[in-house]
Amino acid sequence: MTILTKTTLRHAAFGFIAVMATTGAQAADISGAGATFPYPIYSKWADSYKKETNVGLNYQSIGSGGGIKQIKAKTVTFGASDMPLKAEELDAAGLVQWPQIMGGVVPVINLKGFKPGEIKLNGLVLGNIYLGEIKKWNDEQIKALNPGANLPNTAIAPIYRSDGSGTTFLFTDYLSKVSPKFGSTIGANSSVQFPTGIGAKGNEGVANMTKQTEGAIGYVEYAYAKQNNIPYAALQNKDGKVVEPKIEAFQAAAANADWANAKGYYLVLTNQPGAESWPITGASFILMHKTPQDPVAAGEALKFFDWSFKGGDKLATDLDYVPMPDSVVQMVRKTWTEQIKAGDKPVWTAAASK
Amino acid sequence: MPQATATAAVHSLDLGIYRRRRAVNRIALTLALGAAGVGLFWLIAILWTLLYNGLSAIDLSLFTEMTPPPGSAGGLLNAIFGSLVMTILATLLGTPIGIMAGTWLAEFGQNGKLAGVIRFINDILLSAPSIIVGLFIYEVLVIRMGHFSAWAGAAALAVIVVPVVVRTTEDMLKLVPNSLREAAAALGAPQWKVISLVAYRAARNGMITGVLLAVARISGETAPLLFTALNNQFWSTNMNAPMANLPVVIFQFAMSPYAEWQQLAWGGALVITITILILNISARTLAALTTTSK
Amino acid sequence: MIDIAVVSDRTAINRHGQRQRLQDAAFRIATLVFALVVLTLLGGVIVALIEGSVPALREFGFAFITTEVWNPVTDKFGALAPIYGTLMTALIAMAVGVPVSFGIALFITEVCPVWLKRPLGTAIELLAGIPSIIYGIWGLFVFAPFMQSTVQPFLINTLGQLPYLEDMFMGPPYGIGVLTAGLILGIMVLPFITSITRDVFETVPPMLKESAYGLGATTWEVVWKVVLPYTRVGVVGGVMLGLGRALGETMAVTFVIGNSHRIATSILAPGTTISAAIANEFTEAVGDIYTSSLVALGLILFVITFVVLSLAKMMLLRLQRNAGT
Repeated sequence: MTILTKTTLRHAAFGFIAVMATTGAQAADISGAGATFPYPIYSKWADSYKKETNVGLNYQSIGSGGGIKQIKAKTVTFGASDMPLKAEELDAAGLVQWPQIMGGVVPVINLKGFKPGEIKLNGLVLGNIYLGEIKKWNDEQIKALNPGANLPNTAIAPIYRSDGSGTTFLFTDYLSKVSPKFGSTIGANSSVQFPTGIGAKGNEGVANMTKQTEGAIGYVEYAYAKQNNIPYAALQNKDGKVVEPKIEAFQAAAANADWANAKGYYLVLTNQPGAESWPITGASFILMHKTPQDPVAAGEALKFFDWSFKGGDKLATDLDYVPMPDSVVQMVRKTWTEQIKAGDKPVWTAAASK
Repeated sequence: MPQATATAAVHSLDLGIYRRRRAVNRIALTLALGAAGVGLFWLIAILWTLLYNGLSAIDLSLFTEMTPPPGSAGGLLNAIFGSLVMTILATLLGTPIGIMAGTWLAEFGQNGKLAGVIRFINDILLSAPSIIVGLFIYEVLVIRMGHFSAWAGAAALAVIVVPVVVRTTEDMLKLVPNSLREAAAALGAPQWKVISLVAYRAARNGMITGVLLAVARISGETAPLLFTALNNQFWSTNMNAPMANLPVVIFQFAMSPYAEWQQLAWGGALVITITILILNISARTLAALTTTSK
Repeated sequence: MIDIAVVSDRTAINRHGQRQRLQDAAFRIATLVFALVVLTLLGGVIVALIEGSVPALREFGFAFITTEVWNPVTDKFGALAPIYGTLMTALIAMAVGVPVSFGIALFITEVCPVWLKRPLGTAIELLAGIPSIIYGIWGLFVFAPFMQSTVQPFLINTLGQLPYLEDMFMGPPYGIGVLTAGLILGIMVLPFITSITRDVFETVPPMLKESAYGLGATTWEVVWKVVLPYTRVGVVGGVMLGLGRALGETMAVTFVIGNSHRIATSILAPGTTISAAIANEFTEAVGDIYTSSLVALGLILFVITFVVLSLAKMMLLRLQRNAGT
């Protein structure tokens, strides 16, 4: 090798090593993992936050189950789950949880010739579809709810989440509440054994699979249906009224939520009363350790969440998510200062966030 | 005419069997042609779709912008960088191990029992499912370190590099004629010099071919990175944290319903395929140069 | 004077020789250490897999392999559905891939014009290098819709109406499923098996083939009666290598298998394979038993591929030895 190439190579090697070495000292990028339910709004917030503060949020949407696992294993700064953990579980793992954002789970369908909201279903029929008892779109039970609609003889392809999912939890929780058969056969959890249908990964996978498969029905968080123009079905709620998914419907369901009396913020908002309420509404939770392994990163994460409470409402409502009401936000801030500590000092204070 | 009757007799005797054999031959060869056509058709269809969808995604922004959140435009810069870093690191880690092991097999172990066993094991590792490698590194590195990292990703890829390099190093060293070695030994060179200064130099092209093939192989591997390096939405040079990489990004983007993401997935797939093709072609040209220069 | 010079020369030579022998020994040991690294890698993989599977195997015992249940809620897991899916997709892949590979190899070695041989062979080998994720996304976006709209309804309406086959071809046309995954796997292992088969066909001594041609044999007869019996062991070895590849393939299958832990009689139904299950569920598996069950699946896959690959290796070794004689 010539002297020139040798020197160039040596410089390149040093440069490479220097870059690698110095990045340890960079501002901590916040890392989180979990639910795909809030992913559209979290990534919109992260984009905005990065533009303002240059702090990045690396959120891996791997499903609520994954989020719970990763935060318990301390491989991420925070976990996200739509299935809230019960107070005992939180205490056992040394975790704190709070509701960050609310939204709705929506049945989406792929049926030629039907516009969004044209097909009406109710919890019982939806449960029977996923139980495999209703196999075709022109089944009597669907016809009864949609008189006059020209339902084709297409086979129904139910699509469910193959990964551990809080969206599945909300969906199955609702179906278990309104269909005793569904409750006893399948039950409510973040991962259940559906007797028929196709599994897809994440809200994204279900949305994509529904779009691709003729005659499919799936369940996704509303932002996914909206962002990708996938037709949804209207549902009959507890009061017997047929409602379409939109922010007013989600807000109506969330209006009666009693957060103050929920231990560890454990509250599930499915099948709420109210003429306008959307039956499958839910909150998405953030999980963090009471004594975080990396207090600096934890502090940065809480700054981000505080920012989103203060200024992220418009972005949220644009995607038809429901921001948490102010009273709850105050409670959550109090939880942060009281429960998330490094040593004796809280990791985040209201003053530090200014 | 005696000749005419003779030929007539021959014809009437064998024509039936002959016709049948010829017909069977024709059918078989047509089926073979058909099989070739069908097989190649699908393979070409895949390449065509890849080109068609991928080309529309290739533009400067693919190489200059980061992976975007859903609904926005962007590029694959952090993924390409991450893949480059982990590939280079894996090659740096795996190649010395592979060359040394291959040297032992060719020069010292040769036909012994231990060498036979190691060769067998090496071939098993060569064809083992790459997801098993990912599981292995997860158990050994990720759990011990407590988090996903680019180091773990590079380690997983290195485990895939080693068997390839061992195989090619051994094959290439075996091709070096013993007369070269004997000549060097006769001049008084110790064995280690015979190997490192003479044999390596003679087999250099072949060994580089092996490394190129290994790099081509790991460039497209997704499964080992799924739970070692994970993925990263942003630009990161931190080796101790999850790092973006092309295959996992393609995996995630392709399964999503967002049009921009799907397009980026196709673009990334095309980039990987072209890189691998270039590496493979370089390896073959290098190998051809070796044999012609003999 | 001369004696002293000779003596000192000899000690210098001895020292030089000693040093060389030390260097040689050091180099030899160093390379041996690295060769042993290869052994320890495999050993490490086995140990890591066994260690990770112990909780699940202890919990379920042998029933793990015979249970179909896969319920993360009640923490009850069984490997039967993934094992079935792995074997079924590999079977379909072989059923489709082997005849086609054989046909292509036949074409290249016997029928193809000489100017086309090298480029075609090179093209096949380059195709073998295409990463499997490409096949996966092609399968999801192009092949699955094609299956759903054309092939599957066709199969349901024709083969699905016959008395013994109707269970195998029934069900709504999802597009994705075991059949689709098997077909894509078949296309994927095509270049692989083809290049091995072609290499093996070319080891046949031309003398044997020319003798057969000289006796008046047709091309087909030469291949069927001379080439194939001669290369039988190598071809089977190549096929088994392809089988080993198909069994362990992850990305090509994950996109289009449908992710349902169920065994259906219909090959049009969705299912799951071991590698697809691990790829999809590993990062989200909550709890020791769940994670351990997935690692146990990995162990089962490793055992299956180990057996298949060992058999393949032994067969190919036998062919090499025979070819040498």
